[in-house]
Amino acid sequence: MARMKFLCDAERCIECNGCVTACKNENEVPWGINRRRVVTLGDGEPGERSISVACMHCSDAPCAAVCPVDCFYTTDDGIVLHDKDICIGCGYCFYACPFGAPQFPQQDAFATRGKMDKCTFCAGGPEEDGSQAELEKYGHNRVSEGKLPLCAEMCATKALLAGDGDEVADIFRERSMRRNTRPDTWGWDVAYKDGSHEI
Amino acid sequence: MKSERRRRSWLALVLGGWIVVTAPIALSVTLTESSAGAEASDQEKAREASQNPRAEYWREVRHGAQGYSAVTGPEANVLIQDGGETWQELRNGPASTIGAWLMAGVVLALGLLQIFKGTWKLDHRTGRTIKRWSAFDRFIHWGLTVSFLLLALTGLGLLFGRYVLMPLVGKEAFGAVAAVSKPVHDYASPFFIAFLLLTVVAWMKYNFFTSYDLEWFKKVGGYLTREHVPAGFNNAGEKVWYWFLSVAGLVVVASGLFLLTPNFEWSRSTMQLSSLFHIASAIGLICFSLVHMYLATIGNEGTLEAMVGGEVDERWAELHHDVWYDEIMASRGTKAEPDAGSARVS
Ligand code: HEM
Repeated sequence: MARMKFLCDAERCIECNGCVTACKNENEVPWGINRRRVVTLGDGEPGERSISVACMHCSDAPCAAVCPVDCFYTTDDGIVLHDKDICIGCGYCFYACPFGAPQFPQQDAFATRGKMDKCTFCAGGPEEDGSQAELEKYGHNRVSEGKLPLCAEMCATKALLAGDGDEVADIFRERSMRRNTRPDTWGWDVAYKDGSHEI
Repeated sequence: MKSERRRRSWLALVLGGWIVVTAPIALSVTLTESSAGAEASDQEKAREASQNPRAEYWREVRHGAQGYSAVTGPEANVLIQDGGETWQELRNGPASTIGAWLMAGVVLALGLLQIFKGTWKLDHRTGRTIKRWSAFDRFIHWGLTVSFLLLALTGLGLLFGRYVLMPLVGKEAFGAVAAVSKPVHDYASPFFIAFLLLTVVAWMKYNFFTSYDLEWFKKVGGYLTREHVPAGFNNAGEKVWYWFLSVAGLVVVASGLFLLTPNFEWSRSTMQLSSLFHIASAIGLICFSLVHMYLATIGNEGTLEAMVGGEVDERWAELHHDVWYDEIMASRGTKAEPDAGSARVS
């Protein structure tokens, strides 16, 4: 069984935000909400790095652990989804999530929240696959059509990879070998130099 | 991995216990502090740095370093926040478990008190009454009680319902209950705040400690021995309740106001901290209110009348609030004690 994963290769991401836009369009994401974002570290400085981040579909998801109504579930593919009919918009998943993935539309009095919205790995929600209700609540269910998340499919430099964890790992390992580094090292220095001195 | 987890949950337990105990005064604590123990040793860092010059860089990212993001939103420029892990461990761990044990302990203790000591009965009634609480006093008391109980029940539902109620009624039904609980909790809060402020202001004058309160504490209000204990308008136990309510009430309200207004974009660490203070102070209030509700109803005969009709039997006043009783009698000029007459100055 596949175990779906995202991986963003910081060596390749050029902060074009194409993934953000692709996601927003494909899933008709509500105004004011972005399920994915690109964060640039050391912006404008030599060696700046960008990474595209969204829900990482954790195996032991903190959002699910703190949810007062237990509205999260993990699919057979290891994708973490949630049921908006059960969600009460308390925001606890946002406090627990390391990646800031859960998003909330603003709603009525006290500046409280609407129901949580997040990246679904383009796999919809608990509604029937491909149904109108699913499309409206969760966005396009591409996985049920045998497609991968659009953010990764659209990525111009193939920095953002999505798919079965083993295959994603193989691709990244191959890249790392070509860069002649260990697969768990990062950064421009190791990609283009021997790592002993700064640029 | 496993022992690492156990060590972390042990750390969380100690920290959690500490937060529950010192919640009102520990305002300066930050959640990130607790992750300091998980840092790699200097030696490890040095070795890593020689192999991977960016190790330090990514370590900072792991602990909430900020960058730039074209996407706007609360903390959108932070790649990874690590306070959430601490918050999750404390909330799902000690805050819940210690809280549950505390509440169970209070219920058990009150049950034992009732079984072994029973209701503190009035030996007789005089049939004459003394005015104790004005209509306004009673209005704010019951307003406070209704709003507090609504908040307590819905709040406990959000913390424990998933483990207690959901297995009984199912996910959908519990989801429906929770969907009502959350707005009820939100909308009850302004009423609670208003009634709390009125109560704290209106009743402060009854709650300054006096020298004979020490004796009340020494004899635990006479609840174990049925000894006579001195008390003014409020006894020492009631005074402690009043001050506890004032302080813990302030904490529960302040932390609750953060949690109530997420779209003012408070940082996640503010919300995590607020959540823990909110849980600790709320559970403290619930525990104390259980004691209060017990003593005001089945614990003592005649006490409930004070808050319902506003008047108490003279015998109740003499038995439970003798100093106040003497003052009333003296001011009325009617005989209460042999020397009451001489105290009457014209
Ligand atoms: C069913 C629930 C409750 C009952 C039956 C009840 C009953 C009473 C009674 C009879 C008194 C008067 C005691 C006396 O005259 O000496 C009283 C006082 C008081 N009650 Fe309650 N009460 C309840 C809930 C609450 C709650 C939830 C709160 C606060 C959140 C509260 C706060 C107070 C305070 C501050 C006083 C003033 C005396 C003191 O400081 O202890 N009560 N209550």
